[in-house]
Amino acid sequence: MLAYIVRRVLYAIPILIGVNLLTFTLFFVVNTPDDMARMQLGIKRVTPEAIVKWKAERGYDKPLVYNERSQGVRALTDTIFFEKSVRLFAFDFGRSDNGDDISWQIRNRMVPSLALALPVFVLGLYVTVSLALFQVLFRGTWLDVWGVILCVAMMSISSLFYIIGGQFVVSKLWRLVPISGYGEGIDVVRFLLLPVVVGVIGNIGANTRWYRTIFLEEIGRDYVRTARAKGLAETAVLFRHVLRNALIPILTGAVVVIPLLFMGSLIAESFFGIPGLGSYTIDAINAQDFAIVRAMVFLGSVLYIVGLILTDISYTLVDPRIRFE
Amino acid sequence: MMPVVLWTDALIGLLLAGSVALAWAGRRNRLMRDAWRRVAESRPGMAAAVVLACFVVIGLADSIHYRPRLDAPGAGVGVPAAEVVSLLDRLVAGLRSRGEKTYSAPFATHLYAKETLEGPGGRQFRDTPRLRYGGSHLKRPGARAADVVFRAVEGVAAGFALWLLLAAAVVRRLARAQACSPSAAWWRIWSGQTAVAWNAVLAAAGVVLLVAFPVAFLSGQYHVLGTDKVGQDVLLAALKSIRTALVIGTLTTLVMLPFAVVLGILAGYLGGWIDDLIQYLYTTLNSIPGVLLIAASVLMMQVLIDTHPQWFQSAAERADARLLALCAILGVTSWTGLCRLLRGETLKLRELEYVEAARAFGVPTPRILARHVLPNLMHLVMIAMVMDFSGLVLAEAVLSYVGIGVDPNTYSFGTMINAARLELSREPVVWWSLAAAFVFMFALVLSANLVADAVRDAFDPRLVGRARRRLPAG
Repeated sequence: MLAYIVRRVLYAIPILIGVNLLTFTLFFVVNTPDDMARMQLGIKRVTPEAIVKWKAERGYDKPLVYNERSQGVRALTDTIFFEKSVRLFAFDFGRSDNGDDISWQIRNRMVPSLALALPVFVLGLYVTVSLALFQVLFRGTWLDVWGVILCVAMMSISSLFYIIGGQFVVSKLWRLVPISGYGEGIDVVRFLLLPVVVGVIGNIGANTRWYRTIFLEEIGRDYVRTARAKGLAETAVLFRHVLRNALIPILTGAVVVIPLLFMGSLIAESFFGIPGLGSYTIDAINAQDFAIVRAMVFLGSVLYIVGLILTDISYTLVDPRIRFE
Repeated sequence: MMPVVLWTDALIGLLLAGSVALAWAGRRNRLMRDAWRRVAESRPGMAAAVVLACFVVIGLADSIHYRPRLDAPGAGVGVPAAEVVSLLDRLVAGLRSRGEKTYSAPFATHLYAKETLEGPGGRQFRDTPRLRYGGSHLKRPGARAADVVFRAVEGVAAGFALWLLLAAAVVRRLARAQACSPSAAWWRIWSGQTAVAWNAVLAAAGVVLLVAFPVAFLSGQYHVLGTDKVGQDVLLAALKSIRTALVIGTLTTLVMLPFAVVLGILAGYLGGWIDDLIQYLYTTLNSIPGVLLIAASVLMMQVLIDTHPQWFQSAAERADARLLALCAILGVTSWTGLCRLLRGETLKLRELEYVEAARAFGVPTPRILARHVLPNLMHLVMIAMVMDFSGLVLAEAVLSYVGIGVDPNTYSFGTMINAARLELSREPVVWWSLAAAFVFMFALVLSANLVADAVRDAFDPRLVGRARRRLPAG
């Protein structure tokens, strides 16, 4: 088991190197730091001195990959590639283009992100699996047919409309919860209630339909026929046999996104004013703060790869037919 | 008139020609014909296809661009205007020219906000002024309701007349083909006993005509969906957004198709280190969360466009380049799903007897891939294309909201929603832009979803959900 995990982690290293090289190319080769400085400074204030100053303040004044003026190892380390890209491997994100400490921001903003994303994830999984099971229990009847129609209709609505609609009806017309913001302690619940409900509703359409097809696939298996032949009631077959077996693909499919929950949700956080990593990323994109976007790309890839490793491990844990090789 | 072909126009033309050519080539293929027959049997699929076809027609009309000639006074020779317009602009020229000052509600005769007006005798008072165009033909605003109903009834009558013509044509054709009386043919259609789901087609066409004609009749005198902040008709914005949605939904797949197909087939067929390399490539790309990779690429693309203004001759060209670049970025960041699928399928195909036989006969590898492998993957490509469409349309709205979507001056559902977001906090509420974006987007995405389901079920029911790509859901 341990050897397996170690091998999986080692396999992740070349992928992270690839991600790193890709972001480096994207951020420093496609456009030079000079272009970025010009963009940030705007057309009016652009002078050669201002560009040099802007680059020096942010450490973009070094050569890209090889510094001829330094000696020995310093020739490789005193470069943009080392300072801005290689240091990411040590989770040293450095400072953003407007000067604040990215690591500090990430540490502080993970909690609000998680406070929104985790309930949405857990509740969403519970609600959609229940709805799918309910549909399968009534399969072939008008309940199932209309359920599928409703699912397709719901997945045809942009997530933006769920948020805008929810805010308008619940917060503006009914005045039940604040439109946006974030609080301390127990007060948080007031602010998070609507985003969580909206997040769950927004995912119902696609996920319920997807889980329903998994359940229907499972229901055609031989062991279900055996269970029915034993004389088990349909509900017992569904809840005791089908549910447990269908949960294997559902849960292992869900495991991959668990680490990414830390990154939060871009749209929901910025609409509801939650100071998480999602809104941090959005603000960085709008302010064209490339340092933050770079850090987020790397962090996101690390978390995704962790999710993949967890998925593989969870497969081997829940499904005894799969062995470690 | 001077035709202007934007890059996206050219690619749309290419896509259209390619689809026609593929349909022509596959017309003798029995499997293909059977699959399409199953699509034609599907009632939700055919009804949705009718609605989707209407959107496509509007999008195509908006993809034929030209510079109109301005009649220079005295010279008598038309000079090409600087502005690039499309055929759709020409068709709805009325909507374009009848701009108001600012917001006005649907069917309104007065502006939405109060202004200080000057009455007779220099007396000043605050009231909502009459609109310049909306309902301006009315002598007194009180007659509006009757006028709206009258025009709507006219529209319904015209729409119904056209529908009757359409239905008659279908019945006649069916009666000829099946050698039965028209009333028998009508009964077959009505009770759903036809091979093609004509009842669904006619019902959907009826709904479309009965909505479109009254709207068209009313939009001559009123702003049916109101006007936006700068007084532009919202209906125009919604119609123009359709093209952007269609371009994003189709060209993205077209752009990424070569990558996915070539790399997927090579990895699956050749194996060895090429397989390892390609797998490494897509695992790496795949491990960057989609939205972030798109954000990073779009930011870089913006810098590139902003620092090279000399590349583009007009604003339309720059907006178009940005739209195409967005398609390319969406495509490059999301070809991995299809590539993996094609690789897996090629692995299976490689072991089949006829491929082995071809190898034994010494057929060169490129020809094996082109003659024996690729044709057997085309249905996967097509399923991926239709399944991705609706997701891409939804993704465009989210990306435009984040600020990494289309050019802010390009009409799109995302920019409409983005602009409409703040309008909801006004008093009284400005709801019509958002409602228009919602209705149009919902109709487009729902019909695309239904068509995609019908196509997928007909071509390969085993592939439920596997061809879906990872897209930012929000």
